[in-house]
Amino acid sequence: MASLDRAEPPVTEEAARAQGLTADELARLRSILGRYPNYTELGITAALWSEHCSYKSSKAYLKEFPTSGPHVLQGPGENAGVVDVGHGWVAVFKMESHNHPSFIEPYQGAATGVGGILRDIFTMGARPIACLDALRFGEIDAPRMRFLIDGVVRGIGGYGNCVGIPTVGGETGFHRCYNGNILVNAFALGIARRDNIFKARASGTGNPILYAGSRTGRDGIHGATMASESFDAESEAKRPTVQVGDPFTEKVLLEACLEAMRGGAIVAIQDMGAAGLTSSTFEMAGRGGTGMVLDLDRVPLREPGLTPYEMMLSESQERMVVVARRGQEEQVARTFRRWGLEVAAIGEVTATGRAELRWHGQRVADLPIRPLTEDAPVYRRPAAPPADLAARQAPPPVPEPDSEGGEGGPLGALERLLGTPELGSKDWIWHQYDYSVRTGTVVGPGADAAVLRLKGTAAGLALKSDVNPVYCALDPRTGGAQAVAEAMRNLACVGAEPVGLTDCLNFGNPENPEVAWQFRETVWGMAAACRALGVPVVSGNVSFYNETEGRSIHPTPTVAMVGVIPSLADLPAAHFTAAGDRIVLLGHDRGEHGGSAYLRLLHGVEQGRPPAVDLDAELRLARLLRRLVGRGLLATAHDLSEGGFAVALAEACFGRCMGARVDLESVGGGRLAGAGLFSETQARALVACRPAAVAAVLREAEEAGVPAAEIGAAGGEDLEMRSAGEVLRAPVAALREVWATALPRALEL
Amino acid sequence: MKCGVVVFPGSNCDHDVYHVWKHVLQQDATFLWHQDETVKDCDLVVLPGGFAYGDYLRAGALAALSPVMMAVKRHAAAGGLVLGICNGFQVLLEAGLLPGAMRRNASQRFVCADVWLRVERDDLPFTRGLRIGQLLRMPVAHAEGNYEDSPERLDALEAAGLVAFRYTSPAGELDPAWNPNGAARAIAGICNPERNVLGLMPHPERCAEEILGSTDGLAIFSGALATLRDLSPGSPGSPALPAAAVRVEVG
Repeated sequence: MASLDRAEPPVTEEAARAQGLTADELARLRSILGRYPNYTELGITAALWSEHCSYKSSKAYLKEFPTSGPHVLQGPGENAGVVDVGHGWVAVFKMESHNHPSFIEPYQGAATGVGGILRDIFTMGARPIACLDALRFGEIDAPRMRFLIDGVVRGIGGYGNCVGIPTVGGETGFHRCYNGNILVNAFALGIARRDNIFKARASGTGNPILYAGSRTGRDGIHGATMASESFDAESEAKRPTVQVGDPFTEKVLLEACLEAMRGGAIVAIQDMGAAGLTSSTFEMAGRGGTGMVLDLDRVPLREPGLTPYEMMLSESQERMVVVARRGQEEQVARTFRRWGLEVAAIGEVTATGRAELRWHGQRVADLPIRPLTEDAPVYRRPAAPPADLAARQAPPPVPEPDSEGGEGGPLGALERLLGTPELGSKDWIWHQYDYSVRTGTVVGPGADAAVLRLKGTAAGLALKSDVNPVYCALDPRTGGAQAVAEAMRNLACVGAEPVGLTDCLNFGNPENPEVAWQFRETVWGMAAACRALGVPVVSGNVSFYNETEGRSIHPTPTVAMVGVIPSLADLPAAHFTAAGDRIVLLGHDRGEHGGSAYLRLLHGVEQGRPPAVDLDAELRLARLLRRLVGRGLLATAHDLSEGGFAVALAEACFGRCMGARVDLESVGGGRLAGAGLFSETQARALVACRPAAVAAVLREAEEAGVPAAEIGAAGGEDLEMRSAGEVLRAPVAALREVWATALPRALEL
Repeated sequence: MKCGVVVFPGSNCDHDVYHVWKHVLQQDATFLWHQDETVKDCDLVVLPGGFAYGDYLRAGALAALSPVMMAVKRHAAAGGLVLGICNGFQVLLEAGLLPGAMRRNASQRFVCADVWLRVERDDLPFTRGLRIGQLLRMPVAHAEGNYEDSPERLDALEAAGLVAFRYTSPAGELDPAWNPNGAARAIAGICNPERNVLGLMPHPERCAEEILGSTDGLAIFSGALATLRDLSPGSPGSPALPAAAVRVEVG
């Protein structure tokens, strides 16, 4: 190995540790190489073996997930998962976290999170058609929190709006466990013709490697490593490791890539995401079982003087690596230039299985690729349940609405819940996102699931992200299963059959046995639900080290599920649409309050076992809902989740500001009364139909084995519930105002 | 009738407009590249929404200088129909084809929402299927739609009857609460004195099909189509486009 013409720091255990490699990992690298690495090689390996890139603490568990199914064309392992959605189309989707950068610099952190996930989609040859964003913030009054909320929302909008991909849904939650570590999980979905999918697998000795897009600068160096560490008082100093996005370049890169892919001259293509040029080239060659030579003198630079180390680890945005067919590279290059993008041939594919980097006439790195990518370290970290688990799961006291200083009975409690940022309307957020561009959005943000039409067909796609971090903290296995089940229930409300899911598993430090236990339990719960419900996991992302000063976030396994709706002709709304429609409650309440919004938000209690997840019941309910929607029997379908029956009923009234009158005396043994109105028993939904359809709905429910009760009718200006011998009545307009203004009020706008 | 949809780097509603003209109205449509020097043989040219050239400098400022805009100006000067939607409206302002300028929304935030529009002119090539006072529900999605000009010029614009659409309440009344961006005099769309160039911030292409919840926007496109049919040689139709719309101005 030639020495560099510029002094690099010596490679010591300390230098390795500073880059996130343990002494054992350095020893592993030395034995792979048969010598000491130089500093550039050390940096490359540290990035490839970072938690963010290698999944070393999660890989062993992720194997639990079912990843194949009748619709799956590509499971985990590529830039995104691919499922067949019929009519010759495939959906390509993935979700990824951008938590750490967003906490340090919210606008750019969130913006580049959107940019990264979009590139993962169009890299596969698919045109992105929708985004979702799952956001978790701390308490609004926590330090910097208003700034973070504002910055993240502006960042997502600033990027997605400009690229022209609608943000059609997502979720936003608030909890003190995120005060020092917010979560920004960005999902994107694209569509492509079934036989036009591109993969990131380098092949063909002698094929040129092209670099296209923005120039390389010093931004984002060590981003992957930073995302693999916990936060401390020094985190502010990491701001330079946050990348800066340029959505305009992304937009032209998207168009140029899709156009170039149509020309038949591209063998493989991958974006430069975390760990930039390093991970993109190593992963492509690793998957393809090939080698490569890179001539770093030809990498387009924003400023002169970058070292090989910096070039390989920069996370400058909006860059792609393309393997072109030899002799046709000019055709590819022409397309990129037509869109005003820079393109350079920076190397070629070899058969050596090694990555050889040249710079200034010297060989500055020479690494075997497969041992570094495919044989990265894998850890089964010691796992142990928290010592206070029994106390956490002890049955919580469930005060009635008027006790403990509450007033106004169940309606007062309902109003207070609807007025929290957690359960209040998120309009303020999503009106800052372009949700209607591309004219595919049939149901936008704020409903049970977003619905997109598949142009040229009668079919549609449904998308939804879900997770309840409080459930997960109390019992990660149940919480993991619940996230999957709720996503399916939401899809079923629009008649969609799930075809796959992607996830973003946000956890604390996996070296903490409690976190390792949470992770293992969560994955088991999710995997069991996925198997029982027949939903494969086709892509995903793990984000560890979400902790600050030693305090972990709640386990937050965000699930984003995609489903197919055979026909959009009789799509029900999530709200009541016509006075006189009969309201039917599906499912059976069991009075479950562990981890409920009622206890947490009104009584400050976060305790108990979360509502049990009965996967058979969920499956029966989802099948019933799909059948009812498919038969065109439903005008309204809305699932019961946080806040239970009362909140779901109120939400169904808000869409058109239409009242409802329900009688709960004889339903489920009179359990729907007082605090019971807020029980969060799963596998339940509210539906409404024309009076003439009630009999058919009830008959279908009986045949499906789903408890069903006709409880009243939509109409009027009041929400009225007869329960426990009382009539509870409130004007919908007043409740709606409390709900609609909850978030801006909390933000003091 | 052939519609040319201009594609600037950064346009992102180009496919949506193309879809309406081609698949909803079943007419001929093509894309015009920003470096094209003619509008080919298009009857209608649409400048679509998006962020042309990233909206760097000012929204629409760089796009206004692109080669295709020289061709669009010639097309407009010859009486050809030009429609600018959202970013396309901003480009028309920067290109001097329509008067006035855009500021950031009064809220200083991007806004995506359905708004109510009141039709102020029913005699434009694009609005002939509508009636004055009619209310349309259309989506807006922009950060810079706060239309502005000097009071004198705004008075002149009003006096000349060049305001085509205003933001109103669902009852059709002017109400600041229903003005999504703070635009002067609630102006949502304007035309040129010759009436063949229309710019508006709302997106008619996003509400031109039943499945999207409203077809209020389709009237803008079908109005243009009816006008073009009347103008086409051999058409037996009535001369629907007012004489002013086909006047050729030179210099």
